[in-house]
Amino acid sequence: MHLVLFLIFAAFCLAGAINLLLQSHPINSALSLIVVMSSLAVLYLLLGAEFLAAAQIIVYAGAVMVLFTFVVMLLNVGEEEKTHGSRVAKVIGFPAVAVILGVVATIVLETQKHLAGVSLSDGVTTTQDLSRVLFHELLLPFELTSVLILIAILGAVALARKEGHS
Amino acid sequence: MNFWFFLLLSILKVALVLVVFLTSVAYTVLLERKLVGRIQNRWGPSRVGPFGLLQPLVDGAKLFLKEDMIPAGVYKPLYLLAPLIALGCSLLSIAVVPFGEPITWRGVKLFEIADLNIGLLIILGVTSISVYGIALAGWSSNNKYSLLGALRSSAQMVSYELALGLSLVGVVLRTGSLSLTDIVKVQSVHGIASWNIFGGGQILAFFIYLTAAYAETNRAPFDLPEAETELTGGYHTEYSSMKFAMFFMAEYGNMITVGCVATLLFLGGWTSPFGDLIPPPQNFFIHALMPILWFVAKVFSFLFLYIWVRGTVPRFRYDQLMGYGWKYLVPAAMLNIVGTSLIMAVFP
Repeated sequence: MHLVLFLIFAAFCLAGAINLLLQSHPINSALSLIVVMSSLAVLYLLLGAEFLAAAQIIVYAGAVMVLFTFVVMLLNVGEEEKTHGSRVAKVIGFPAVAVILGVVATIVLETQKHLAGVSLSDGVTTTQDLSRVLFHELLLPFELTSVLILIAILGAVALARKEGHS
Repeated sequence: MNFWFFLLLSILKVALVLVVFLTSVAYTVLLERKLVGRIQNRWGPSRVGPFGLLQPLVDGAKLFLKEDMIPAGVYKPLYLLAPLIALGCSLLSIAVVPFGEPITWRGVKLFEIADLNIGLLIILGVTSISVYGIALAGWSSNNKYSLLGALRSSAQMVSYELALGLSLVGVVLRTGSLSLTDIVKVQSVHGIASWNIFGGGQILAFFIYLTAAYAETNRAPFDLPEAETELTGGYHTEYSSMKFAMFFMAEYGNMITVGCVATLLFLGGWTSPFGDLIPPPQNFFIHALMPILWFVAKVFSFLFLYIWVRGTVPRFRYDQLMGYGWKYLVPAAMLNIVGTSLIMAVFP
């Protein structure tokens, strides 16, 4: 059952990602990204990370992507023109992507031996477990991140404020 | 437990809830027309059936038989997808709402489609997705009124979602769980005195939730996305026949869901307001069905309030709406979180 669901939603995820690249209209690409993020949430759920799945939907599929579509709608962006792309991108880009993929795959396969694996199962990491780790063992990084976000908010407000308008 | 048995019972539950939900959507429309009629000193629908009770049926038939126009300039895939998203999201969140006591029969909960640990988060997630129905409808219609309505609506929903989410944190703090069943259980001890809105001291949170919920469902006094006087119809200007009806059903479905959530979080869910004062009935069926009666009564009162507000409060101006949300509701919700945490820390 878990495996069937995993295969379905992994296929959704990949199809969405490929569609995102192939579509020429920005709003279609944005919608494909929503499909990718929602199916990722289901994959998290299959791994037993229920809070993460809900947060993925609320934050990414909900808030972030609404801003994307909002901007596309507000600027009324048209279809983008197809170009042949630069030669440099083809000569350097594709080998570079292959190298990065190779490195990432090797590292993941190497560390898999030491790390505890997560499998598709009925087990669930509850919100309580998650928050215990977050607010006990990782308290300092958590607080630092919140300060970072606060700085970003203040920066955005400062940038958005018009000159000479108190 | 047999998997196929579980599947069959789940499908039955879904079908039953869907029928009841859609019927109540139809009759909420009638309730609104009747009540607003009374408030404006007229009768409301009274010709079809006794007291106009068959009016929803006739309305449905009318919408179904109308010509389905698709304007030439629309972006068709999204134009067709948008009403589906709107109605789908509206129907989805009812799946985690518990209607009655958690009575299990052969390992299946009878009065709830799905009991999840994160029920509350699921409802918030579905709410945040439902913006797309309106936003895409407005954009794909290729019409200035639709686009303006959709832009207003997305901005308004994103802004008020924040206040909505923050207002619920106090309730979650008191319960220590995101499961809707647990949230109700905490409020079940002393009846009305232990409901979150009174005994839990969450009356400020309830007010914030109420206001944010009006804005989230695009209802008066925050119905700017479809303000008829300025936008003809807002985001659904270009929709007709059943596609328009789907937006309409989504709006009233959202009203009912918001009522259910308010009942569960602040008004003690399915528990009786008298608590232990009245001994629980001995008969098993009465014991099982009384909670549903209480639940329906509470949701009905909430809908009554919803319509009453629509009949009395005039529409906000757009800058007032945004200012109110960001400058008053969000800080108030944060104050509520700090206050609730302080009280819980001092009196554990």
